[in-house]
Amino acid sequence: MSILVNKNTRLLVQGITGNEGLFHTQQMVAYGTNVVAGVTPGKGGEWVLDGKVPVFDSVKMAVEASGANTSVNFVPARFAPDSIFEAADAGISLIVCVSEGIPVQDMMRVRNYLDQKKVRLVGPNCPGLLTPGEAKVGIIPGDIAIPGDIGVVSRSGTLTYEVLYALMLVNRGVSTCVGIGGDPINGTDFIDCLGMFEADPHTEKVVLIGEIGGSDEEKAAEFIADHMTKPVVSFIAGQTAPPGKRMGHAGAIVEGGSGLASDKIKALLAAGVKVASHPEEIPSLL
Amino acid sequence: MKLHEYQSKQIFAKYGIPIPKGRVAATANEAKHIAEELGSRVVIKSQVLVGGRGKAGGIRLAKNPQEAEDLAAQILTMDIKGLPVRKVLVDEAANIDKEIYLGITNDRAVRKPVIMSSAAGGVDIEEVAHLTPEKIVKVHIDPLLGLRDYQARDVAAGIDLPREHWRAFSQICHGLWKAYEDCDATLAEINPLVITADNHLLAVDGKMLLDDNALYRHPDLAEMRDLDVEASSEIEARKYGLSFIKLDGNIGCMVNGAGLAMTTMDIIKLYGGEPANFLDIGGGAGSDKVAAALRIILSDPNVKAVLLNVFGGITRCDEVARGILSAMADVKPKVPMITRLVGTNAEEGRRLLAEAQMITAETLIDAARKAVAAVSNNQ
Repeated sequence: MSILVNKNTRLLVQGITGNEGLFHTQQMVAYGTNVVAGVTPGKGGEWVLDGKVPVFDSVKMAVEASGANTSVNFVPARFAPDSIFEAADAGISLIVCVSEGIPVQDMMRVRNYLDQKKVRLVGPNCPGLLTPGEAKVGIIPGDIAIPGDIGVVSRSGTLTYEVLYALMLVNRGVSTCVGIGGDPINGTDFIDCLGMFEADPHTEKVVLIGEIGGSDEEKAAEFIADHMTKPVVSFIAGQTAPPGKRMGHAGAIVEGGSGLASDKIKALLAAGVKVASHPEEIPSLL
Repeated sequence: MKLHEYQSKQIFAKYGIPIPKGRVAATANEAKHIAEELGSRVVIKSQVLVGGRGKAGGIRLAKNPQEAEDLAAQILTMDIKGLPVRKVLVDEAANIDKEIYLGITNDRAVRKPVIMSSAAGGVDIEEVAHLTPEKIVKVHIDPLLGLRDYQARDVAAGIDLPREHWRAFSQICHGLWKAYEDCDATLAEINPLVITADNHLLAVDGKMLLDDNALYRHPDLAEMRDLDVEASSEIEARKYGLSFIKLDGNIGCMVNGAGLAMTTMDIIKLYGGEPANFLDIGGGAGSDKVAAALRIILSDPNVKAVLLNVFGGITRCDEVARGILSAMADVKPKVPMITRLVGTNAEEGRRLLAEAQMITAETLIDAARKAVAAVSNNQ
């Protein structure tokens, strides 16, 4: 089973006619995801993928015509905040934003607005979600994970793929994989996902992949100690990262002595989490 | 991106924040003229983007124009923590009664901007936050509403600011908020904000950090970037949209994705090697980007081996392989190349690279071990 996305997901793709949007729509449809509509302002009335998916000018029109309940967003960073507001106002309850490079003040406005509307955002700057065998929402390659009972939550993209792949090689399956993204301000966080995995009857164990910057891993450790009965295995990237340098992800930076990998590992170990020294070690700790 | 003190204070002044009279000078002679114009004691302040300028002797008080010229001449030949001093700010010296800290930054944990103030100003605020957090007043700002008047008053009351200064302090708080918001800053800081002997508030020092992701809508601010703080390879990398950070080791790393790039560095270290760089070629990296990345890595003479680790998702492995081949034809690397391609179109990528005599690896650990071994064989 799963959290957040499954075979009942009715997916809308924002930015569907762009290069990345179109490529990944094709991949999501090929995986079996129920992609019901796309939006690109100014291209309403067109169809993509040989007439499989209709394109609308606005999210509101797309939702009315298709009953979409989830949106995945490939809109470029400078227009992405507006498109997230649009999806929230049109009644979408889960918005997954793949786009990278959204200014942090824009994200603070987005996040505070969505919190008032009780709309869930995953991302931005994230690979999205994969519920193996049911739905792929975003850009996680579909062929690197099989259905199973391990929940995966990660701040990273390709590092997450490494872990999924390592699990598949030893025949371990995944309930849902959630990429929450590498930005300093995002929507869904570790604690949200840990809570959902704890409540999901089909998830037995959880893998948490963190990295330097911020204090979300420390907060997750606290949550695990207080609320999780299911075992958690973790890996934290960036032990060799120099302080004061942003390591690619806008959120991955050690500043003012906080955000260190060593502090996060210490907090997780104290909460009873097994911490892997490299990603390929994760399967053996589960 | 960091702004210099003089740039930050010029921005603050536009938003109605009182700053000392003064100008920036690139020569000692200019500094002398500015001091003559000001006709008072002046402070000569080195403009470099590191902390601890004062302790390093980069901030000096001059009693007259001649002294200003002499001190400026000294400071302009200094290196502070490896950065050359190219400019000095010549400011009218303030008679300081009291020093306050005032800053606005992003609170990641709360997902809101926060305005912070402390009556213990003029010192390193991180130290204050660490040792005596109760001395810092913090008020979170709703990013949809902006700073409210009552919040500025709460801050003033929180630091026991005498009431006669509340109105001026509130105006400064609002000015700082507007500057922070309009410039897409991640930090806008006045440290110290002083109460002068004649009972006025004055922003004696200023600092701003800007959000690189927002610079597209601030071309005027983007031009203010000081390239001294970055390695030339980092500047070159940015032109190609690559995220690159130079390190001190000898194994060059080319990886797609920031988390995986950090992990690749960590594993190299775990197996006894030292990474020469962090490099994320990004999602969907085309072959020209990959070629630029390889050139930048190989321009570092310390590099004794290159580890290419690509897990294809958006990035297609065959495209990366083509980029590598075109770059190799161009730069002709003399160090061993270890490649690991997994994911989208990996087979096609591996086939292309097999022809180019590269060391290939299946797993991350395998790749790291081979890279470390290649370096020891190559020395």
